[in-house]
Amino acid sequence: MNELGEILFVLLKGLKITLIILVGSAVLAYIIAFIAGFCRLSTNIFLSKFTGFYVEVFRGTSLIVQLFWFSYALPGLFGIQLGSDLWAGILAISLNYGAYMSEIVRGSILSVSKGQTEAAIALNMSRFQRMRLVILPQAVKMMLPEFGNYLIHMLKATSLVSLIGLTDILYYGDIYRSTHLSLAPTVYIFVLVFYFILALPLIGITRKFERSARKGVAN
Amino acid sequence: MNWDWNVMADAFPMVFKGMWVTLGLTIACYLFSLVFGFFWFFVKQIPGRPFQWIVFWIMEFIRSTPPLVQLFFIYYAWPMVPYVGVSLNPFVAAILGLGIHFSTYISEVYRSGIESVDKGQWEAARALNFPTGKTWTKIILPQALPPTIPMLGNYLIIMFKEVPLASTIGVVGMLHMANEYGAQHWKYLEPLTLVAIFFLLLSYPSAVLIRKLEQKYNRRFDKRETVQSKPV
Repeated sequence: MNELGEILFVLLKGLKITLIILVGSAVLAYIIAFIAGFCRLSTNIFLSKFTGFYVEVFRGTSLIVQLFWFSYALPGLFGIQLGSDLWAGILAISLNYGAYMSEIVRGSILSVSKGQTEAAIALNMSRFQRMRLVILPQAVKMMLPEFGNYLIHMLKATSLVSLIGLTDILYYGDIYRSTHLSLAPTVYIFVLVFYFILALPLIGITRKFERSARKGVAN
Repeated sequence: MNWDWNVMADAFPMVFKGMWVTLGLTIACYLFSLVFGFFWFFVKQIPGRPFQWIVFWIMEFIRSTPPLVQLFFIYYAWPMVPYVGVSLNPFVAAILGLGIHFSTYISEVYRSGIESVDKGQWEAARALNFPTGKTWTKIILPQALPPTIPMLGNYLIIMFKEVPLASTIGVVGMLHMANEYGAQHWKYLEPLTLVAIFFLLLSYPSAVLIRKLEQKYNRRFDKRETVQSKPV
């Protein structure tokens, strides 16, 4: 019983870093997703092609490779120092998931019925008003369930930062496991349960969004 | 800028060798998850409220916890489990860990494929007195499988991008090779970039192919819908 408390205490030390990475990369990823999503819809060919290139590169390569690239390779190239591993982790995760989610932003905006745009034009709305008042409120409702799903994916991805030396839950679990070999199953089950407890509210939110999205788009 | 083409050429054979391991492991993991996906699919068919509730949460647990931790559990912790624990070699551990993680997603694909078949098709088969086996092979599966092909292809690409996780437990794939080269020569930039390029070269064309497949099947389903809706 004593050991269980000890494992719990050790893992709690890593909770802070896991949460910082999750919140930081989630906020940044949503911002990137909206910017990239709008850029891809832009009529400026240079802008949309460049964003398309970014999206394909980050979706085409693996997150773990990007993470290693950001923390080991980037300092070598141009001598860029990201300041800390924390920033490398947040940047890699948010750029990766931002690329995935930008496709959701783009797809949802495109899937808003054409008649809505036409009606807005008929009402003499400006481009900006059209987007802000008519298209976006309907598109965001479609995006929300997928955004929730990606939040769960991001939570899972935060475990990777232990590989570049950040002291998250998995890192402390690994340290503890290496000194108490026979307790390995308990340690990892605890780590898994930790992640699951963190994921539970996200699962609930996603389910709620899914229900409200299925009700149809009514504002 | 410290880019060195010589280092890149030097690292190339090593990373290339790792690529075959990564590809092989991807296919092995994928096949395992395709088969294991059926397991979840059938287990979910078993009636009984509490039982279904348990299966649902087990799947949710596997799906929403990091595959990396699951991999570590199978490789480091499984041998320590009393009575049933066996130590596995990294390759098998990777297949089990990643395969089980993704099988929960794959089973959803199967479910959505089967559910996409209209209920009337079942009823018509019953009315025509088709035996169960024939109903599946002649009526349900030919309609259920095509829409799942793009989704299954997507999961193959996702799997390919998750397989480098196995480098952490010592599978000598691309990423492992690149890190080893980096540790030997203290040059991480070129080998890691090479790995990224390999990933891009392999996954981008496949993604384009799957997009084409998706369009093809979408078009077919649109057509079917318009044909159905006309008489009404």
